[in-house]
Amino acid sequence: MVPPTEFASYYGRPVLKKPVWRALDIAGYLFLGGLAGGSSVLAAGAAASGRHGLARPLRVGAFTAISLSLAALVHDLGRPARFLNMLRVMKPTSPMSMGSWLLTGYAPLAGAAAASTVTGRLPRVGAAAGAAAALLGPAVASYTAVLISDTAVPTWHDGHREMPFVFCGSAATAAAGLGLLVSPAGQNAPARRAAAFGAVLELGATELMRRRMGLSAEPLRTGRAGQLMRASQILTCAGTAGALVAGRRARGVAAAAGAALLAGSAALRFGVFQAGVSSAEDAKYTVLPQRERLAARAEAGAPTCGTKPPR
Amino acid sequence: MQERPVDAPTPTAGRAPLDVAAAAGHRAHPPRVGFFTDTSICIGCKACEVACKEWNAVPEDGLELTGMSYDNTQGLGADSWRHVAFVEQKKSSGGAWATVDHRGVDVFAEAARLGTGAATEGGGIAPVAPDGRTELRWLMSSDVCKHCTRAGCLDVCPTGALFRTEFGTVVVQQDVCNGCGYCVPACPYGVIDQRKSDGRVWKCTLCYDRLGAGLEPACAKACPTDSIQFGPLDELRERAAERVRRLQDAGVPGARLYGHDPADGVGGDGAFFLLLDEPEVYGLPPDPVVTTRDLPAMWRHAAVAAVTLAAGMAACCVRRKR
Repeated sequence: MVPPTEFASYYGRPVLKKPVWRALDIAGYLFLGGLAGGSSVLAAGAAASGRHGLARPLRVGAFTAISLSLAALVHDLGRPARFLNMLRVMKPTSPMSMGSWLLTGYAPLAGAAAASTVTGRLPRVGAAAGAAAALLGPAVASYTAVLISDTAVPTWHDGHREMPFVFCGSAATAAAGLGLLVSPAGQNAPARRAAAFGAVLELGATELMRRRMGLSAEPLRTGRAGQLMRASQILTCAGTAGALVAGRRARGVAAAAGAALLAGSAALRFGVFQAGVSSAEDAKYTVLPQRERLAARAEAGAPTCGTKPPR
Repeated sequence: MQERPVDAPTPTAGRAPLDVAAAAGHRAHPPRVGFFTDTSICIGCKACEVACKEWNAVPEDGLELTGMSYDNTQGLGADSWRHVAFVEQKKSSGGAWATVDHRGVDVFAEAARLGTGAATEGGGIAPVAPDGRTELRWLMSSDVCKHCTRAGCLDVCPTGALFRTEFGTVVVQQDVCNGCGYCVPACPYGVIDQRKSDGRVWKCTLCYDRLGAGLEPACAKACPTDSIQFGPLDELRERAAERVRRLQDAGVPGARLYGHDPADGVGGDGAFFLLLDEPEVYGLPPDPVVTTRDLPAMWRHAAVAAVTLAAGMAACCVRRKR
């Protein structure tokens, strides 16, 4: 069905207010949070399978990423001095509230794991903290999808079923990228496999999301967001191919593949962020799907006569 | 609507609890109040905008001539809690003499006769467009925060700065708001916004301070035609139903209520409207839905995705047997 393209608006002005978030802070956080969560999981798996050359830098990377993201989140507040107000209440209806508590639990664990790794002290405590961080890591990676989907922004909200899978795939490719970039070639097997796993999940979920969303998928294909999404696709595919083909032997190729995967994951987050902003800026993405919904409801409520109501 | 078997779980979507203030924990509380804005009698004087700014000490937010009709406020925002929309249409307004040719009318003579009861039959001083068309109508509508029954802004606020008052309205506590901005894209009407100079978000409070003192909100008080009516929501809904019926009986084209229905996607608005055209003509969404309606589904999908990530990564780390 070809959706209608004509609609009324108030002097072409948007119905919604676009997000006030700065792209560098919030899209940056979506990327860094995924990188941190994914890295904690991959680090725990690497440590459990005896690949400490991979686990160690991933732990440090996870803590660095989550520290940077906390700084970005506080920086983006209109009143940064009041950031502790985030912990005033615990509200399941607010993904940002749940995320704040999640990060409050996760960041110290990631920090303890990294500190123990760097200093070599309290290895058992460090291992326990790393394992606990790995348990929370997947939640850190996936909740950010809920964070942006739980808005009236058409492109973010309409993708709410697939977005967590897109973000988890992207978190896996980012962690794999970091692993490939920093680990010795002999120990990077989990990172190479994680790259393939993450790429399949990310690209598959993104494609599924685009097909199901209807009109609000358009901003993911067009403009600056479209460019970022295409760049992400190319970088992720190239990085995964490089990792699988030559990542085992050639250290340089592994590092380059890792960098491509990290860049691909970041481009995806910035692309999704920008697409949401674009969809809020154009009344078309708000009005047309709602009109379609009303028409479908009217059709369902009307007696069955086999004809469509006039548009 | 289909009949539902009685034992089926009640869908939460679009179902309002009867008492929002009680649901928010106010035990003994006054009746829920709101606005009924009857745009059919709005004259576009903007007294509501001015009264709101004056009473609430809302700062000046730029003097800009937009060229879009007589509307230089442009929309609701952190520093505009009432906004009068002006829409000029090539449509006739019901009951007006819009199809009469006025080319031969001496407007000064007509003006001199104003109020004497001797005006030419057919309302001689109605305007004619330069291209000769005579069908023309103005839609004016004073927009405001809807104080939704299911308020997305309130749901997503991570600090509890946004809260439900004992009057059933939705208000920001400015000493708590940390400017995270989450409520801004969560509002399906595009009402609440961040004040750049101060970082926090601001919107209509339905004059919480005046309500506490038994006064009506400043905009309703200032409205010279009672286009903005304030009162207990139940009463307003009855009055609105009666008014829209009268307009429809009188043949006013397009008269309809907007936001009055507790079964809509936001559980009904605390501030609802009588419009003369489609909502989007006034910049309002035709079928708004509170985003948190889908939040349980979002959490479920996120949980499955997180487990997928953990399991997938674990599988990647398994050593192959030699």
